[in-house]
Amino acid sequence: MIREFTKGLFKENPIFVVLLGLCPALGVSTKVINALGMGAGTLFVLVGSNIFVSLLKGFIPEKVRIPAYIVIIASFVTIVEMVMQAYAPDLYNSLGVFVPLIVVNCIILGRAEAFASKNRLLPSVLDALGMGLGFTLGLSAISLVREFFGNGTVTIFPIAPLGFDGIIRIPLIYQSPARIMTLAAGALLVIGYLKALLNYYEAKKKDAPKNEKGVKEAALAE
Amino acid sequence: MIYIGIFITFVFINNFILTQFLGICPFIGVSKNVESAVGMGFAVIFVMSIATLATWIIYHWILVPLDLTFLRTISFILVIASLVQLVEMVIQKVSPALYKALGIYLPLITTNCAVMGMAVIAVQNNYNALESFIAGFSAGVGFLLAIVLMSTIREKLDTEWIPKPFQGVSIAFITGGLMAMAFMAFDKTLLNNLFPGL
Repeated sequence: MIREFTKGLFKENPIFVVLLGLCPALGVSTKVINALGMGAGTLFVLVGSNIFVSLLKGFIPEKVRIPAYIVIIASFVTIVEMVMQAYAPDLYNSLGVFVPLIVVNCIILGRAEAFASKNRLLPSVLDALGMGLGFTLGLSAISLVREFFGNGTVTIFPIAPLGFDGIIRIPLIYQSPARIMTLAAGALLVIGYLKALLNYYEAKKKDAPKNEKGVKEAALAE
Repeated sequence: MIYIGIFITFVFINNFILTQFLGICPFIGVSKNVESAVGMGFAVIFVMSIATLATWIIYHWILVPLDLTFLRTISFILVIASLVQLVEMVIQKVSPALYKALGIYLPLITTNCAVMGMAVIAVQNNYNALESFIAGFSAGVGFLLAIVLMSTIREKLDTEWIPKPFQGVSIAFITGGLMAMAFMAFDKTLLNNLFPGL
């Protein structure tokens, strides 16, 4: 059961391994806070739609299942849109067109079709949580690299009592950031290099001895 | 004149794939060879032009008068999904040859975020019906341009030596990044130079 949850985080990470949901991954990853907001929105929609699809799996006729799933997903996206607009208007504005576009995020329809429509409620929820968190993780990784080098900052939540405005400024890079990273070209380059790095480690892991000890030794040797 | 401006904006300056990140999935997925890239590109132009017009009509004639604009997302996606089905059926009936060329790409378009994105952007920019149609068409042309360029490069890359970790999608992303860099040359000043006074 627990594997349904963990597989989304690394082994079947939606962004880096399955390569789904790339448009928002690239579009909103200029700031870490945007990535977290987008991740939270997607996680909510994913969990909600997986619950409903899983519960309704016996009732939805085979032929109209895709439109039915789309309606379920779109309803949750509308909820996210309205809540975000009301409680986090800044985030809503900076995410822009990508909030309504959660509806066409292939991960959500993909999980509904591939997993929730075939499984019971609890595994579906765990699957959604894992996939949603994996998506957030991938998104945060990309945005961290892009914001760190492109802007010299890391923007997270402001903490008022500490007088912390939510922006960590990185010395040296903040004065002369590599602007290209925050632009469109940078996003594609970052995801390309991150994917290559992942491939490299994957290949290395495969070459290493299969047992636990061997893997650890290989990791130490590096 | 404003229509030419919209055309240039959506084909070059705000190219959907290379500057707005809409439609990345087919851009990476369907760009392995030129033939399928061309098919996908024309299917997108076709659907996008009609879908942007259709969603404009739904939004301004139904949702706005009834004060139901919060249903934008849900109604747009339904319109696009059913439109894709309709287009598929019509093409199959009217032109089997065209269906053979575009058929397999049409169902994929429903989840292409470029189509939905264009519909939302057209509404946000307060375009009128004709402007929406032109914008949808131009964004489709921009998509075709980017995906065909990409597939040509990828076909060439097939015969080149690539370091192992970079093989497959990694090199495709990096290629896309370099193309996006080239497209940065097109910006608002281009439009101002071409049409001073627009």
